[in-house]
Amino acid sequence: MPPIISISNLTKTYASGHLALKRVDLDIRKGEIFALLGPNGAGKTTLISIVCGIVTPTEGVVLADGHDIARDYRAARSKIGLVPQELTTDAFESVWATVSFSRGLFGRAPNPAYIEKVLRDLSLWEKRKDKIMTLSGGMKRRVLIAKALAHEPEILFLDEPTAGVDVELRRDMWALVRGLRESGVTIILTTHYIDEAEEMADRIGVINKGELIVVEQKIELMKKLGKKQLTLNLLKPLATIPLELSDWRLALKADGHELEYTFHANDERTGIPTLLERLSQLRIGFKDLNTQQSSLEDIFVSLVSDRK
Amino acid sequence: MSSAANPAAFNRHGVWAIYKFEMARALRTLFQSVVAPVITTSLYFVVFGAAIGSRMSEVDGVAYGAFIVPGLIMLALFTESISNASFGIYFPKFTGTIYELLSAPVSYLEIVIAYVGAAATKSIVLGLIILATASLFVPIKILHPIWMIAFLVLTATTFSLFGFIIGIWANGFEQLQFIPMLIVTPLTFLGGAFYSIDMLPPAWRTVTLFNPVVYLISGFRWSFYESSDVSVGVSLAMTLGFFVICLAVVGWIFRTGYRLKS
Repeated sequence: MPPIISISNLTKTYASGHLALKRVDLDIRKGEIFALLGPNGAGKTTLISIVCGIVTPTEGVVLADGHDIARDYRAARSKIGLVPQELTTDAFESVWATVSFSRGLFGRAPNPAYIEKVLRDLSLWEKRKDKIMTLSGGMKRRVLIAKALAHEPEILFLDEPTAGVDVELRRDMWALVRGLRESGVTIILTTHYIDEAEEMADRIGVINKGELIVVEQKIELMKKLGKKQLTLNLLKPLATIPLELSDWRLALKADGHELEYTFHANDERTGIPTLLERLSQLRIGFKDLNTQQSSLEDIFVSLVSDRK
Repeated sequence: MSSAANPAAFNRHGVWAIYKFEMARALRTLFQSVVAPVITTSLYFVVFGAAIGSRMSEVDGVAYGAFIVPGLIMLALFTESISNASFGIYFPKFTGTIYELLSAPVSYLEIVIAYVGAAATKSIVLGLIILATASLFVPIKILHPIWMIAFLVLTATTFSLFGFIIGIWANGFEQLQFIPMLIVTPLTFLGGAFYSIDMLPPAWRTVTLFNPVVYLISGFRWSFYESSDVSVGVSLAMTLGFFVICLAVVGWIFRTGYRLKS
């Protein structure tokens, strides 16, 4: 199946000279949830803004469902919905009016039944007559999502959808995004909350300083870069690590009370059984042990710091 | 979700959505949009028409009170077209809601048609309201109603385009006020809204001919009373010329994305 979004050689240099994107190549598959992960200023919003037509690229080609976003912008844009990062809404319009406006703006004939469905799905139906400025921040974000969905897009961009949103609403938002995916919408979200990418995404792209460092299935990414750690709480502290244990490259922690062994999650042989055997031969006793798998956060930090 | 069918060559739903949005904004601010300019114009009328006009003889065979009506309508048309159109496009830039316009499948031409069309509609309606108000004070005859409407529509459209340009150019509310306050209003006052340029000393008359507003007011007044400072053909040509210049600037703005896209 051809990708629903195909980005090739995308470069953006702002008038200030700031190089925001460096030759980015990326394909988004139809129906997936793709998370674009990166620190502030990494180029996430620039990338989204170019695909949506808000920022002009310096170089490169973007196809949305086969339509060039520059030459064939009408066809491309009518397939895309965008939920911006900032809560930028009109103030005096009613919820109903602003969502209907968005549908018209994107070239679709009025369809009150569909707008009603969108508002009900987003728990906005009761608020449809309210002026937007009277709504809470969370509700305003829902209004922005409703606006983005008003023209029945096939691709939805969510730029930092849960920034500054409370835990409950965040859960709601996640459920909503999954529901949209069920209905066949392809979703691209940017986030700097790693747990969000870990929770939601099928695939993850890590972007830093304008470069796409890695694009991988979430599970693969975790496997490939995921470290596991075995920590042994010793009965008696050690001053140094015995030479006999040098094969495992252990670390001594907590003033010699803990031995830490780091290995890769996908190693075929972890070396744990032999390590424990050797420990017992050396009469190093331990009272407890635990293992820890590195989170996406750790992976991310190591990826980004490697590139510095 | 069903996919959008092949989008039409002209996004009429989009144009209509923006137009309706802009008109709804005018209705929400009915006082600012209609009542305030009508009151302002009535005040001009009381001061210049009744108080001063009663002591003045006729100008070009027209009673002074009636003579100033076309100029007053033009004055309102200029300022309201500019402020409506400039505010209409500046405000989304200011609040950030412009993202939606830029990401929508609307062409630049459609955006201009919608914003400028709405702003021009509002000022044309306003111009007609002022005309109706004025007719309560003085007898008004319109010798060339079709030309009167033509000048009204052309001027409203041109100044709405001009306002649209200002709205895109402006980086703050002061700049939004700057051109209407410091350029358009003085040019209008000096452009023969309240007098015939024949009443000026010859040197000043020549200077005045460099003021484009003279031609707009003169042509409009001609459609009422057949009295004009310059020939109506020149008026029409100048108005059309200004229209074309504004159109070209708007075209350039959208081609380059000036102050809209980075």
